[in-house]
Amino acid sequence: MFKFFAIPAHDRRLIPEGRLSGPMPWVIAIMIFLTVLAAAAGLAMTRAVGDVSDELSSRATVQIIEANPEIRARQAEAAADRLRAMPLVEEVRVLPPEEIEALIEPWLGTQDLANDIPLPALIDLKLARVATDGEYEALRSALAPVAPEARVEPSSGYIAPVISLVRSFQWIAFGLVGLLALATAAAVIISARSALNTHGETIAVVHLLGGTDQQISRLFQRRIALDALLGGLIGLVGGAAIIWLIGTQLRALGSGLVKSVGLDWWSWLIIAAIPILGMFLAMVTARWTVVGALKKIL
Amino acid sequence: MLDEIVRFENVGLRYGAGAETLSDLNFTLFPGSFYFLTGASGAGKTSLLKLLYLSQRPSRGVIRLFGEDAVTMPRERLPGFRRRIGVVFQDFRLVPHLSAFDNIALPLRVAGVREKDLETPVTEMLEWVGLGDRASARPATLSGGEQQRVAIARAVIGRPEILVADEPTGNVDPDMAIRLLQLFEALNTLGTTIVVATHDIHLLSKIPGAQMMRLEKGMLADPTGSLRFPPRSKNQQQ
Repeated sequence: MFKFFAIPAHDRRLIPEGRLSGPMPWVIAIMIFLTVLAAAAGLAMTRAVGDVSDELSSRATVQIIEANPEIRARQAEAAADRLRAMPLVEEVRVLPPEEIEALIEPWLGTQDLANDIPLPALIDLKLARVATDGEYEALRSALAPVAPEARVEPSSGYIAPVISLVRSFQWIAFGLVGLLALATAAAVIISARSALNTHGETIAVVHLLGGTDQQISRLFQRRIALDALLGGLIGLVGGAAIIWLIGTQLRALGSGLVKSVGLDWWSWLIIAAIPILGMFLAMVTARWTVVGALKKIL
Repeated sequence: MLDEIVRFENVGLRYGAGAETLSDLNFTLFPGSFYFLTGASGAGKTSLLKLLYLSQRPSRGVIRLFGEDAVTMPRERLPGFRRRIGVVFQDFRLVPHLSAFDNIALPLRVAGVREKDLETPVTEMLEWVGLGDRASARPATLSGGEQQRVAIARAVIGRPEILVADEPTGNVDPDMAIRLLQLFEALNTLGTTIVVATHDIHLLSKIPGAQMMRLEKGMLADPTGSLRFPPRSKNQQQ
């Protein structure tokens, strides 16, 4: 596979190689830089969607809507006891009033709301599995005798539109990766054709001396693969620096969905492989272009 | 040993949609022979040589090379045949960024000769063409005559079975021209078939055993090929 790197020095001199001297490595560097960013965004969103979906799909909230605070508290306790007895329910936590007030504080301020507004009692449920509609109905039926006004709402319902939006961004990011790969291939084709024109006379001579298409295309493959690898590494370093900076800023925000946005080790592995994949893409494209052009001459 | 090394049968060559550059060529070249190809400028000498060194396929007719049909031969097999043919191009076609040594070594390297095995023959060849002290010079720093000698050395280094030379003495002084012809003759003695295209009629007398083919407006002066007159045939010399 790496045979083209082992071309003897004298053969390499046939097509002069100038490291970073032409535009090709820099074009590839920009392409890989953008690909790294797009891939990181896609991977981070994949992880965020996965984490949030896993977390929320097995959670539900019970709201007990009762104007009388004493009855409400009694119903909440009774509902919690009944829920704890159900095999579907893994954890039950009745939210204390202070926590409920903290939740609405950003919208309604820090006044003593509990006395002015009849806030519902909230029970946070962690289920043993992702419940079906029928199981939610069973939960509602079980609660009806002890808390007739109880509402059971799956948490995934709240976040579904956000997840859907993030998934759209995720596909856009991966679509961009695909488009950038196509643009990289196009840049390589242009570069290979330009190199073929520049070195046309040398190629013709080698051809007439009995050089095979493989011998000639290997010279171009090697040159373009090295340009792509060099440009790819520059792009990777630039892209990784930006990802690190953005990651630092996201971590500083510190809550909710944003907190889940991040890259795990296998995401970094995929990102690190992008220059290598870019190099192979460039190599295959160069070979295809050069062999195609050589076949047009006898 | 082949009875014939090249045979042309009703060969014609047309570039694009124009008139035929070469028409109705019928001739046979025999192993170990020496041929001059003459004719005025534009008569088709270079085109005929291109057919011989497999740079072009004919528009019609049959070319048999080393006993095989070169017209229908798959493209993948052509490099192997090209390595059996040495070519001195009219415009030398040296690789400009390679030294004289590397230009001469090129056919051996293309053929996969190991680096340690080519130092001696290339150096000897450089000495032979009188460029022993210019091994590292690039073509741009060589005179026209020196470039021509490098081109000739490159063509003969691989001991080809056929050597095709297009005006090989066009840029060298008379003494060097004779030396180069002597090189060709020496190769010919070793069994290489030589085809030299030239419009220099004086060269013909330098190789007594050579035969001549004359092209006129793309056709052999004698269409049957039987009247290729040897200035002096080998039999007559004996």
